[in-house]
Amino acid sequence: MAAIEQLTQDFLRTKKLPHIWCPGCGNGIVTAAMVRAFKRAGFEQRDIVIVSGIGCSSRAAGYLNFNTLHTTHGRALSFATGLKMARPELHVFVIMGDGDCSAIGGNHFIHTARRNIDLNAVIVNNHIYGMTGGQHSPLTPSGKKATTAPLGTLERSFDLLELARGAGATFGARGTAAQPRQLEQLMVRGAKHKGFSVIEALSPCPISYGRRNKLGGPVEMLLDIKNKSVPVERASEMSSEELEGKNVTGLIYAYDAPEFSEEYYRMIEQFKDK
Amino acid sequence: MMAFEVINGSQAAAIAVQRAGIDLVAAYPITPQTVIVETLADFAAKGELGGEFVSLESEYSALSFCNGASAAGARVFTATASHGLAYMHEMIHWCSGARFPIVMANVNRAIGAPWCLDPDQGDSLSQRDTGWLQIYCSGAQEVFDTILQAFALSEELLLPCMVVFDGFYISHTYEAVDIPEIQDVGKFIGPPSFGAQVIPGEPGNLHGMASAENQQRLVRSRHEAMLRAPALYEEINGRYERLFGRKYGAIDAVMPPGARTAILTAGATAETVRWCLPDLEQTGLIQLRMFRPFPAKQLCAVLETYDIEKVLVVDRNCSIGAGGIFAQELKSALYGLARPPAVHDLILAGGVDLTGALIKNALSKMPLENRSTELWGVE
Ligand code: SF4
Repeated sequence: MAAIEQLTQDFLRTKKLPHIWCPGCGNGIVTAAMVRAFKRAGFEQRDIVIVSGIGCSSRAAGYLNFNTLHTTHGRALSFATGLKMARPELHVFVIMGDGDCSAIGGNHFIHTARRNIDLNAVIVNNHIYGMTGGQHSPLTPSGKKATTAPLGTLERSFDLLELARGAGATFGARGTAAQPRQLEQLMVRGAKHKGFSVIEALSPCPISYGRRNKLGGPVEMLLDIKNKSVPVERASEMSSEELEGKNVTGLIYAYDAPEFSEEYYRMIEQFKDK
Repeated sequence: MMAFEVINGSQAAAIAVQRAGIDLVAAYPITPQTVIVETLADFAAKGELGGEFVSLESEYSALSFCNGASAAGARVFTATASHGLAYMHEMIHWCSGARFPIVMANVNRAIGAPWCLDPDQGDSLSQRDTGWLQIYCSGAQEVFDTILQAFALSEELLLPCMVVFDGFYISHTYEAVDIPEIQDVGKFIGPPSFGAQVIPGEPGNLHGMASAENQQRLVRSRHEAMLRAPALYEEINGRYERLFGRKYGAIDAVMPPGARTAILTAGATAETVRWCLPDLEQTGLIQLRMFRPFPAKQLCAVLETYDIEKVLVVDRNCSIGAGGIFAQELKSALYGLARPPAVHDLILAGGVDLTGALIKNALSKMPLENRSTELWGVE
């Protein structure tokens, strides 16, 4: 059996396929990169738990053949924190969309970063609420149109990885659906990192975002994402003017700091006989 | 001048809000409410909303935003569904306590776990004790009319009002809706006159700490204001009828001659029952429109006038451990009646569809010797 078929057999709920995503959606590419990353990281199926929030990308939990929890809008990280504290030996991956993670779940996001708990957040950023039909999210670039911003959104968007860094996350990386191999490598590194890993995956939503903003079809959108991405190594030599409108990709930061679940159990050990 | 348009319940809600001379709309997207806010966003983009449109980062923020604007005297509206409504819960209590006359559309959808999109009414019914008026609609025309009336009712009583209708069956289903011109609507409802609580130049601390005694006084005044709602609603409907030719009650009863059984229900299921009535023997319909306050007096009056022996309540909801919520409320309203009818309950919790066959089957399982039967839509 070809490696890819084996991977599908092992890690996907094939009975649930075909998936519900629109043709040309990037969610499938990001999910496939995740599955390959699990394999490359050498994780066993039984040790992986997937937690997802609500939105198109979060439907991945239904297709991934692990213990999966499809949770509520914005609260995936809180569910995952509870799970990790109860079973710290498990590898917990949390799939969220930009709306889910950065709007209604923003509070949980910063506090998960602050604790530096060993969770792996994969945030599929397609700049829109896709599932509900294209409302603007906090990561919709200013001026881009949405059903709730027919003239273009007035609000400013922000850099999720910088927010996470400011709040205490110890691993931040950005990949794209246009560069799935790099995305997969970043996911492997994030998975092996001890502490809160944030992986932002820029992904096309041709239906709810691309159409309204006349960004072309899936191919044009993928090319656009690719053309706008600048590897972090190159970005360090570019001025802020040159980086305007670009997305810096690769491993943006990684450093060591005490991990929450380890510290917690260490404290229990320390005080258990006192 | 009136014009018929073929629109769905969500668009009807949005157009009513636009016609009401709204100052501010704040919302967060959730299925099946999205079409309401998208239609309002379109009005805003075309410069036709007449007020501001803001899309926030959560339902909790949306209702908090409405609270702030209402404190400043603005006429505000929001819309949500299901988990969005549940997430607003703290603010839902707050705006009633603060006497902010906010109007909200809630599009019924089941609450998880697990995820389900069907129109269980448990989302709005679980907010029944928060001090909001609640009115349930059975079609798009009713949604349009009720939203306009809700502003009038809410601003007069200084109580927020939730206008409720079923996800998809009403929110996404098209029908011909009679839409009055904005200037005619202006004759029904003028600019907000309830007064701001925040007044520049008149500094004051709003909603600070109260003693238990003062808190009780405030709760009681809200309770008494709410009890005025059925009579006031009738008055408002009288005015509405004179202008637009349509009128609704806290309950609407259709009793064919000789009816001894009544089917009581709220929302889209009332429309299904209405269509089935010609096929049913000696059976009438009581559409429960107002749920808070619960129109106990009006209900008892109808049941006594028509000498109803049996009521079949269709509840697209279930209070776990107690049964269908409309049936529970009806039973308590009957307390003290000399000859209360038997109350049977058909529970469609989960958002199960009501069909003619289900109604007939339920009616056949209500023997006269039984005072109460619990039937489920799914065996
Ligand atoms: S709406 Fe957008 S994000 Fe959702 S499945 Fe379709 S293309 Fe993908």
